[in-house]
Order: sequence, then structure tokens, then C-alpha cells
Amino acid sequence: MQGGLLVILTDKLFYGINYLSGNEFISQLIMVIVQIMAIFAVISLAAIIQVYMERRICGFIQDRLGPNRVGPWGLLQTVADMIKLMGKEDIIPVKAQRILWGITPMLLFIPAALIYAVFPFDDGAVFVDLNVGIFFVMAVMSQSVLMFLLGGFASENKYSFMGAMRAVAQMLSSEIPMAFAVLAVVMVSGSLKMTDIVAAQSNMWFIAVEPLAFIIFTISILMEINRTPFDLVEGESEIIAGPFTEYSGMRWALFFLAEYANLLSAAILTVTLFLGGWHGPVLPGILWFLIKVFLVIFLFMWIRWTYPRTRIDQMMALSWKVLLPLALFNIAATGIGIYIYNWM
Amino acid sequence: MEIKERVPEILRDNVLLTTVDGLFKWARSNSLWPLTSGLSCCAIEMMCAAAARFDLSRFGYEVFRPSPRQADLFIVAGTLTWKMAPPLKRLYEQMPNPKYVIAMGSCANEGGPFADAYSVVPGVDKIIPVDVYIPGCPPRPEALIEGMLKLKEKIRHPELIQKVE
Repeated sequence: MQGGLLVILTDKLFYGINYLSGNEFISQLIMVIVQIMAIFAVISLAAIIQVYMERRICGFIQDRLGPNRVGPWGLLQTVADMIKLMGKEDIIPVKAQRILWGITPMLLFIPAALIYAVFPFDDGAVFVDLNVGIFFVMAVMSQSVLMFLLGGFASENKYSFMGAMRAVAQMLSSEIPMAFAVLAVVMVSGSLKMTDIVAAQSNMWFIAVEPLAFIIFTISILMEINRTPFDLVEGESEIIAGPFTEYSGMRWALFFLAEYANLLSAAILTVTLFLGGWHGPVLPGILWFLIKVFLVIFLFMWIRWTYPRTRIDQMMALSWKVLLPLALFNIAATGIGIYIYNWM
Repeated sequence: MEIKERVPEILRDNVLLTTVDGLFKWARSNSLWPLTSGLSCCAIEMMCAAAARFDLSRFGYEVFRPSPRQADLFIVAGTLTWKMAPPLKRLYEQMPNPKYVIAMGSCANEGGPFADAYSVVPGVDKIIPVDVYIPGCPPRPEALIEGMLKLKEKIRHPELIQKVE
């Protein structure tokens, strides 16, 4: 099988382990564990890089420097923050429903990590190539709303509960335009499989074929992952910190980690659906993939530090009255376009 | 025997040794997240310290957390009245340990020009323990940053702080 750099490296590692252990089954088991660990390593490392990136980019956009004293160029700032969060007191509110409240940060991490199973990182480098790949992504992504509701509800704090209600309203209304925008891409590529969607973009990226779907998708994915201008869930000037208000120390750090894992998966999804995945000239696929993903993350951060927070009614109106009709129109236009293309 | 000497000679340049205590001191002193709270005009100077000209974020202290559960540092910025004292104490008690307090400005230090007023608390240390006092009315943003760096020093070297009787 033809494969990219990542696949070749994985094969080499597998042969090495097989040579050492001498048992095909054991070495396959070891490879599965290595791959699962790799996902968690990628998520944690990406969170640390993204937090640093966010603070530096925020600094540059606001004509400041950002963290630059801890370690070379401030690179150890996030490490210091994480170690500090580990050493903080773990406060459990007396009235909180302890079991639900305690498992929520861990539960939130499950959909955030599960989603990485179907992303094609390189030619052939995909953990599970489901034939309903993009459908699986949408389904798993919408699970995180339950954890927000659970955390806000179990905290027994009015601000937490209001934040949780907002999270539900916001995520439900963002998923529908997002699903319709993705549907147009699926119509053009003719498959729900992630690798097929990437393969269909080998000549022409879908951002050129479906520019309207790209804009709708970008706006609604920003709503989905709660980033400014749509970070109403934790709008600190209104509801303190939303569902996270009562969480301290490491529990809150897990929420934080899941938030940045979601940002990374949103960027990967954008790259896979619209920017040609790992396709690109000269450089190996995985490098192109990383370059595109970090450019999209930069775009999201640029948007975050440029626009102020919207009100909840403005966000709902945008989602239901503007994005949804546009997405439906886009589907009709795509259908007509495909019909004309086939007829010619 | 010093623990450093147990490392083989050939590895001395490649091995970093520290204690858990030292690591946490380093992390805590480099990541003081203040609570978003301001009582009066000193809060304006506090905001200014985080903005472009003075840039508190260079030291990693710009993460103003809205919830006391995630904050490490309480900057009492302004005049504290007796009516505001119970909420202030409650906010302090809601913060998880280890927590630090900076009294910013004359009013927070000892009541300032309102020291004799019936409604003003003469010094925030009547209500909660204070780590660093910053004089000034209001202190300039540089003074606030200097105060936070003093707090950093205090966290790193707690043995240097003498107990005042």
C-alpha cells in the first residue's frame, strides 16, 4: 500500500517491535497502545503550544509583547501554569452533587479525544477509516454539550446553570447550519468517508468549489467550540465563568485542555473538508497538514482577538435566520451545479 | 552528601535536579492569576498595567480570572467600605489555597484620606491577611508590577520574610 511519511514510520516501528517480541499479536497490541498514547500526547502537546500561541498572538494584536520572561521567549509559561494548577487546592462545593460534578471534566475529555480517531493526518494515516466518517464527527462533537449541561447542573450554582443552558442553546443552533454546510461538501465529493473527501480534493480544494459553505462552516464551528465572538457560555462579564464557575485547580485544567483539544479538532476538520487535507506539493503530507492546521488555528485566534462578544439573541438570530437559509440555498445551488456539470 | 554530587561526573551538564517544593515555588511564582476585582480608582491603574504600555503579561500575570475558584491573587484595588467588607472576605475565602493578597494604594493599606471616616475600613489587613502593600494614591502601574515581582520573590524565598511582632 502506498503511504505517506507517517505510515512508513509506523510500519518501521511495527517491524522493530515485531522483531523484538517475535509474536505478531503482541506487537499489534503494543502498536494499538502506542497509537492511543500518541493521540493523548498530540492533544496535550497541542494544548500547551496553543495556549502559548494564543497569549503571544493576543499580545501582538494588542500591541503588547505577551509572556516572554519564563524560559526562552516565554516558552515555559504554560508549563508553569499547568504545574501551578496541579498544586492548587481542590475545592468541592458543599451543595454540589459530588459524583456527577466530579466525573464531568473527565467525561468532557472523551468526545474531545474520540473525534481524533477518524481524522486523516497523512496519506493512509487514519486510525479508523469509517465509511460514515464525517457523520461520526458530527455525532461525537455534539456529545460535549451534555457534559456542559451536567457540569452546570451538578454545581448547584445559578451562574453555572445559566451557563449550561446557554451552552445547550448555542451548540444546538450551531450544529444545524454546520451539518448543512458539510452536506454540500459531501454532495460534491460523493462520500461520507474522510479519506474519500480528502482524495476528492487532490486537484481542487473545496474552498474554491464551495466558498459559501466554507464561510458558514467556519462561523458555525466557532459557535460550536465556544470561541469569541461566540464565547457566550463563559462570558465573564455576564455569568462569571459559565459551567466552569465552581471548578478549581486540576478539574478546571481538564476543561481547559478539552477546550483546546476542540480547537485543534475544529481546525483539523476545516482543513480536511475545505483545504485539501494533507495534499500539497514537494513537502511530505504530514508537514502540509500541520502547516494548514496551524494557519487555521491562527485564523481562529485572529478572529477571537479582533471581534467583541456578541449577545445571545444576536448569535441565535445569526444562526437561525441567516446561516441556516444560506446553507439550504447553498445545497440547492450545489445540486443544480452538479446536475449541469454531469449534463455537460 | 549533597544530592547534586550523587549524579555521575559525566552527566552533570545534562541532568537538572530540583525538589518538588522548588518546582512548585517556581510554578506558583511565575503564574499568579489575579481575580478580576476592583473597588475604585486603583482598579483603573490595574487595568492600565495589563494594557499595552506597561504589559503585565510579560511575566505571565495577565490571566485575570472572573471566578475566585481559579484565581491565585487578590489585588485589593481601592477603598474598602465596611459594607463591602463581608463580600470581600467571602471572595477571599472562596479562593483555593495557596492564595495571595496585594493591598494596592493608600486606601487599601491604611484607609488613605478616608482613614477617619465612619464608613471606611482603615486598612484591608483588618479583614484579610495581606502579603504585599503598595503605597501611592493611586500607585502607578509600574508600582503594581513591582509589587507583583516582590510577591514573586516572597514566594520563591519564604525564608527571607521576617515575622513582625
